[in-house]
Amino acid sequence: MNNAHMNMALYARRRRFNRVAMLLSFSSAAAGMVALAWILATLFLKGAAGVSLSVFTHMTPPPGSAGGLLNAMYGSLVQTLIATLIGTPVGILAGTYMAEYGRNTKLTSVVRFINDVLLSAPSIVVGLFVYEIMVQPMGHFSAWAGCVALSILVLPVVVRTTEDMLLLVPDSLREAASALGAPRWLVIQQVCYRAARAGLITGTLLAIARVSGETAPLLFTSLNNQFWSTNMNAPMANLPVVIFQFALSPYPDWQRLAWTGALLITLTVLALNVFARTIARPRSSGH
Amino acid sequence: MQTRPNVELMKAELTEPIKDALTEKVSIRNLDFFYGDYRALKSISLPLYDRKVTAFIGPSGCGKSTLLRILNRMYDLYPGQRAAGEVLLDGKNIIDPKTDVNLLRAQIGMVFQKPTPFPMSIYDNIAFGIRLYEKVPKADMNDRVEDALKRTALWDEVKDKLQASGLGLSGGQQQRLCIARSIAVRPQVLLLDEPTSALDPISTAKIEELIYQLKADYTIAIVTHNMQQAARAADFSAFMYLGELVEFGTTDQVFTRPREQRTEDYITGRFG
Repeated sequence: MNNAHMNMALYARRRRFNRVAMLLSFSSAAAGMVALAWILATLFLKGAAGVSLSVFTHMTPPPGSAGGLLNAMYGSLVQTLIATLIGTPVGILAGTYMAEYGRNTKLTSVVRFINDVLLSAPSIVVGLFVYEIMVQPMGHFSAWAGCVALSILVLPVVVRTTEDMLLLVPDSLREAASALGAPRWLVIQQVCYRAARAGLITGTLLAIARVSGETAPLLFTSLNNQFWSTNMNAPMANLPVVIFQFALSPYPDWQRLAWTGALLITLTVLALNVFARTIARPRSSGH
Repeated sequence: MQTRPNVELMKAELTEPIKDALTEKVSIRNLDFFYGDYRALKSISLPLYDRKVTAFIGPSGCGKSTLLRILNRMYDLYPGQRAAGEVLLDGKNIIDPKTDVNLLRAQIGMVFQKPTPFPMSIYDNIAFGIRLYEKVPKADMNDRVEDALKRTALWDEVKDKLQASGLGLSGGQQQRLCIARSIAVRPQVLLLDEPTSALDPISTAKIEELIYQLKADYTIAIVTHNMQQAARAADFSAFMYLGELVEFGTTDQVFTRPREQRTEDYITGRFG
């Protein structure tokens, strides 16, 4: 082969550059993995020892005595659940409007912009906001206020994923359903939602994963409760705030429980993320 | 510069027995269409005869698909698109804003270029359209689904996996599923927008065979880029160019004795 016209020096230089770039990106990826592994390892080392049955059966203890995290786990579960029940329908409906009904309207671009702001707003601001509109007027901290604060964090995630996922549904599918005489709402409900289902569920799961570890909004709203409480109008315990308080305390028992709580939250979020990913993976269509 | 085809004149040219049997199912009269300010169709007039296949041919962008999408008001889905003129379905103007588009679309089925199975089971793909306007008991629904799949020669291939996803079928099967879905709602007119352009020759032959059988019951309009397909499948052909209807007549006449030079040039491949 005649390759006299090729500049081998140039080629060699590019190959060297390629190797350097590959090395840099590989080490960056490795650094990220190491950081994550380190966090998980620390959590397991410090937290796993404290995992026992009593963690799931006992209330948060006073300093110096044994106890568990039952009330905090219950509080986190209930508040996250209610926040999801409030935030998800509103978010899906808003995202549906943006992707289906008002695709190129002014309202949609305004809502999208505000939603993006909300998406990146510091969660402590949301906590303060709910403190102002609920805790102050009611005169006390409450689980309801915590739910509202968390739902405000759920909302933008769901709006964003709903809009994005519905926009991925090809218009040809909408046309095909319309061509059979299906009214618009039925096209959306039976065809578009179905086509985007995996994405919608993933978005909701990621929103849940996001709020289940939020501390700042709850600090100003549901605060904490050392005892078992199911009263939504009273302060309610929750894992993040318990971790925050216990980890900063000088008591070794509390610190141990904080590590255990942190491990439990991390595992939950990890499980939610993994679950979301398995759903999002396109199913084999049998080709 | 161009003379509009004289439908009466064409009818006169047809052999007597055919002419007697012809009734206009759809009458398109002085139809204009606008994408915003752009005039995509220019005063189109032609009939679609009952239980006949009419092919629309012409180079890309000439307005064939646009015309087809007017007949079921598909353009209504998009803002800024507007039709003017008359499209009479059994004498009733469907361009009229008062027309209920959903009911209209249930009477005028459409099959698209790319197969568009819904993300649901094969059975539900067919049942979806039926359920829209009819309350059908389960046993009858099974019959309707079976009938639609048999008419599209898909039954033998899918009868054991009706609950499997429609997305798992091959391209040709998906397209036949879409046709089955359209005829299951018992429309009067069937619009086929390049239904075989994404398919292999064997699937194409199956669909053409299907078109031949379906015209016993339906008025069919088909857009195609494939001359042979138009020649094989259609009773009537319309040649369009730059938003105008250049020539309309029996397929035999348009392909063997075109009246217009532009038609002849296109058919013989001299431009397009």
